[in-house]
Amino acid sequence: MTSPAGSGLPAFLLLLAGGFLATQPWRWLGIRLARDLHVDSEIFHWARAASTAIVAALVARLMVFPAGALADLPLVVRLVAFAAGIAVYLAGGRVLLRGVGVALVVLGLGAVLFGGPN
Amino acid sequence: MVEEASGSEGGDRFAVAPASRRAAFFLGMRRIPVVPATILLSALMGFGALARELGYPIDQAMFVTASVFALPGQVVLIVDLAHGASLLAAAGAVTLTAIRLVPMVVVIAPLFRGSGLARGYDYLASHWVAVTLWVEGLRVLPLMPPFARLPYFLGGSLLLYLLAILATGLGHLVAGNVPDLVEAALLFLTPIYFAISLIAAARGGIGDHAALGLGLVLGPLFYLAAPGFDLLLTGLVGGTLAWAIGRAERRRAS
Repeated sequence: MTSPAGSGLPAFLLLLAGGFLATQPWRWLGIRLARDLHVDSEIFHWARAASTAIVAALVARLMVFPAGALADLPLVVRLVAFAAGIAVYLAGGRVLLRGVGVALVVLGLGAVLFGGPN
Repeated sequence: MVEEASGSEGGDRFAVAPASRRAAFFLGMRRIPVVPATILLSALMGFGALARELGYPIDQAMFVTASVFALPGQVVLIVDLAHGASLLAAAGAVTLTAIRLVPMVVVIAPLFRGSGLARGYDYLASHWVAVTLWVEGLRVLPLMPPFARLPYFLGGSLLLYLLAILATGLGHLVAGNVPDLVEAALLFLTPIYFAISLIAAARGGIGDHAALGLGLVLGPLFYLAAPGFDLLLTGLVGGTLAWAIGRAERRRAS
């Protein structure tokens, strides 16, 4: 399978441009601005909302249109495991590791019961 | 190298001053926060597995972790490119996930001062400002004398950074060589980890929840309507709507 980024040096330059150059300057800007910026300004509220929406969209994409072996599991198994992880996280003292662990266990059980990869 | 698991709890022992900057650097390495680091490294294994499924070779996957070191941006980049987004659209979506780093760096940057190290080290340290090390830094750095803070942060960051790159490679390697169920579990790590992290971070009131809900709904819709621009559009449209909702709420409250 050919990489979506291509191969050789051009691939690394593409990933550098799309990843590093879209990320690192913001960190440098933070250092530069640290002296005199109002951290509570509206632009940061907006950035937080945009970033949250994108990551939520990623979650939906990876759940509904997954890649690889995850796609072999029925959608309902993926969704039930996902919901179980979140429910346990919310009800069980908000421990991230606990929520993730339960989601994986339910995913495994669902695969055994309802078919899918083995 | 990750001994003293208990070191991630009980902030009191950080009040003990390291003797030198060098000692602080190695102390930072020994005290990387074990539970958050475990979660982050598992998520990066998931990232490596996802990269493999999308067709990226191992060196490109590890390069993305090394150069970006912010998981949401990394996943956005490789998923977007794999679904035919142009470089500009992908970079635009990555940018929208990265602007949040500005206030994070602004908050932690004052703690980097007073080390006596050259100013360039601040900019170097900023590369590792992502959720895990940021939270940990804000928690433990204030407990240390100012000269020790930046070296301590750099020590922990460097170790976790190397482990993160290795975890990406490991996830990529094992994805093709383990039972399908294990691979499915690896690929499932990214969405569940992000979902819970978003819920955990949604402390900012109704605006955060609106952004979460709008992203979940608009994401798939835009994916079907405008593949290649879906993440960028979701960020712009969903983010702006959620921001407006949150602002209305803030104004009502004040």
